[in-house]
Amino acid sequence: MALLEIRDLHLSFGGLQALAGVDFEVNENEIVSVIGPNGAGKTSLFNAITGLYRPDQGDIVFGGHSLMGLEPSEITRAGIARTFQNVRLFPNMTVLENVMVAQHCRTHSGPFRAVLRTPSMRREEAHIEAVAKEILAFFGSRLVGYRFDQPAHSLSYANRRRLEMARAMATQPRLILLDEPVAGMNPNETGELARLIHRLRDHLGLTVVVVEHDMGVVREVSDRVVVLDHGIRIAEGTFEEVAATDEVIEAYLGQPATPT
Amino acid sequence: MTLTTREARKTLRWSVIAGLVMVFTSAVGMMESFDDRLIIYPVLSLGYLMLFWIVPLAGFQATHLPRLEGIEPPGKGLSNVLIGALTGLGAGVILAVFVVVADRFDLREVFVSISPRLVRLLTFEDTLPGGLLATVLIPTLLGTAGGAFHLLRDNLGRRLVLALEWVLVVAILEGVVAQILRQIRLDALGERIYTQRALEWFAAVALFLAILPIPASRTGTNQVERIRQRLFSIDPAQRIRNSVVSAVVILVFLILLPQLLGSLLSEVLANVGLFLIMGLGLNIVVGLAGMLDLGYVAFFAVGAYTVAVLTSSLSPRFAPELSWWLALPVALLVSALSGVMIGTPVIRMRGDYLAIVTLGFGEIIRILFLSDWLSPIFGGAQGILDIPGIPLGVTRVSGISPESILYFAFAFVLIAAWVSWSLQHSRIGRAWNALREDETVAAAMGVNTVRAKLDAFIVGAILAGGAGALFAAKLGSVFPSSFELLVSIIILVVVIVGGMGNIVGVAVGAVVLIGILGGPNVPGLMAEFAEFKLLIYGALLIFMMLRRPEGLIPARARYRELHADEADQDAWLDKSIHPIQSRPSSSETTAEPDC
Repeated sequence: MALLEIRDLHLSFGGLQALAGVDFEVNENEIVSVIGPNGAGKTSLFNAITGLYRPDQGDIVFGGHSLMGLEPSEITRAGIARTFQNVRLFPNMTVLENVMVAQHCRTHSGPFRAVLRTPSMRREEAHIEAVAKEILAFFGSRLVGYRFDQPAHSLSYANRRRLEMARAMATQPRLILLDEPVAGMNPNETGELARLIHRLRDHLGLTVVVVEHDMGVVREVSDRVVVLDHGIRIAEGTFEEVAATDEVIEAYLGQPATPT
Repeated sequence: MTLTTREARKTLRWSVIAGLVMVFTSAVGMMESFDDRLIIYPVLSLGYLMLFWIVPLAGFQATHLPRLEGIEPPGKGLSNVLIGALTGLGAGVILAVFVVVADRFDLREVFVSISPRLVRLLTFEDTLPGGLLATVLIPTLLGTAGGAFHLLRDNLGRRLVLALEWVLVVAILEGVVAQILRQIRLDALGERIYTQRALEWFAAVALFLAILPIPASRTGTNQVERIRQRLFSIDPAQRIRNSVVSAVVILVFLILLPQLLGSLLSEVLANVGLFLIMGLGLNIVVGLAGMLDLGYVAFFAVGAYTVAVLTSSLSPRFAPELSWWLALPVALLVSALSGVMIGTPVIRMRGDYLAIVTLGFGEIIRILFLSDWLSPIFGGAQGILDIPGIPLGVTRVSGISPESILYFAFAFVLIAAWVSWSLQHSRIGRAWNALREDETVAAAMGVNTVRAKLDAFIVGAILAGGAGALFAAKLGSVFPSSFELLVSIIILVVVIVGGMGNIVGVAVGAVVLIGILGGPNVPGLMAEFAEFKLLIYGALLIFMMLRRPEGLIPARARYRELHADEADQDAWLDKSIHPIQSRPSSSETTAEPDC
């Protein structure tokens, strides 16, 4: 059974139809890319899945349960995490705190236990910190050591993107949505990130949905590609299949001049 | 010697600032009403201090150049003195023009304080043409001194300022010093060094000379950071031993302090404690969770009224006359409930909207207590009298003995500080932080924003409720007029001036504002300022917003927020100084070839 099913999803802002009946499925342990020209509705789709936008019509089913009407935090708790197209960290919190706070929905100590500093609360704190360090270690040496205590805004651009992924991973998701993870990165970093996306699936068993403009990355990581244009799905299949589809070429390059 | 345009402009600006501050101080009547209070006998009155303090500062500032990294500081010389003198002269001329105008025209219909006496004071009791010379000359000299200050070696300059500050503090806080001297049986010394509440000039000189040789270390956040680093560099066992020792020392100090201070100062300090508890509570709501609550006094009122109704024998309809100890948990519970009730409807709002709505709720609560409708329970404008205080063994602790109330204030403050600290360093504290930084992202990262905000509201309400319970027992009566909007605002000012998000900062803010200047309805150490309290509050707030928006003792996160550029620059400089620990600059693209 599919892990995520999008059924006939409609979303509009006033007269602007951002999503006009999108359908697709993502299977467990799959890496799916969502591509399309600017304004095709890719980020809107992510925002609808994570509960930041309320769809007008249609259904989003995750692991057999509908996500419609849930709060963003409830959706995260259900097991969907995301990154943002324009990196949105908590800039004045430290690197470690950024990852620690994302474990909020997997931990329980409330104000009472925090004030009384009960053994269970202290154990949980130690656990949160250990998990955060472990997750940061997933990115090699870049986010560990002295960087734990540095404010997130002092990181380089690439490291901010990495930290944002670490933060998403800390919510312990089953499905992770990456919004343009390699935007603004150099070829070296892009290659590393593509391998990292594979590792997310192969080592951590995550399902990944990527919105990406870099076709090299899309070709490298995707099991399947979904192409959106004007809020509808215009093609679906392997990279090679969709790349050969007329509608996709038309969406990206425009209509060929028709000889009359 | 000629001035560059830049220097001339700066000189002009600072002389106008200094001149206008002097005119303002005179026109609002500060000069006149503080003149009776000598602070250094027989030369200096508080009035002249309030009038002239700005001039040396302006003289100093007019010739002060920011020190830039990597640029050789410009040479210092006679130009500094000259600019200082010109600044002082300019300020003096402005003041002189004001004096002439005040002398020629009767402005008292509009400015009641511009009186013949003021003119006499500003011309140093001299006749007009000759007196004006002094009016101009003294600022000039002060400005010159300010400019000449640059010529001193840094260390000496700092020591001079420190010594001067000490002399002024000892002189102005005569009440405190004399009281402490009395308590430690040194009355004779007290009577010797103070005459008519002013420090004798020879005592001032002696104190100045005594303090001058003490090396003035850099104070402020650097120092705090250095102490913190030293604390963490020693090994853990030693650290625990140190903190136990210092905890015992602090405890003994707190136990002895009320006896040392006597009742008047204990009263002031107890008020500081009350505002500090509320400051800590508001700090959680505003400083940590980032919700601007302008109706915070409502919870204070709820706590106080709950205790009043439950313990007083004169509570109109329902008077169970419980013990304070039984009423306290009820008061905390009722405050928490009111936190939920006020919090639930407003919590989905952000920023300004939240501020306006909480402001409204704060007023609604006060007006409810004042209303005829609820007066059968809360007594309306008459309030509730005869609140018996806190039964403790055979005695009863109430406002009649401020020393014993102070112990309760200490205990409450310690609890409030612990609650703040432990919540700040916990899962919920991190969630509040995230919420303040970016609410949308916090929600997307699994933080239940509604729940977290409500938690902050409830914790804040409970702390204010506790302060209210103590307030009712201390005062022995509650009236709606004790819970005006001004209280909310003053608590907010305490938090902002002290340092939002930082427990120590809030404590400093409470001591400085409530302790020294005095809060709403409560006197501070400088009772003379009571009339101008709000003016000084306002001036201080504006100054802080312009110059140090992070507060006196800032929280690290808030400092970063407001000084991100400087922090980044420091990081960059650190990097170029310590290349081994190479940190990536923001333009890093290929610095890490291992990927």
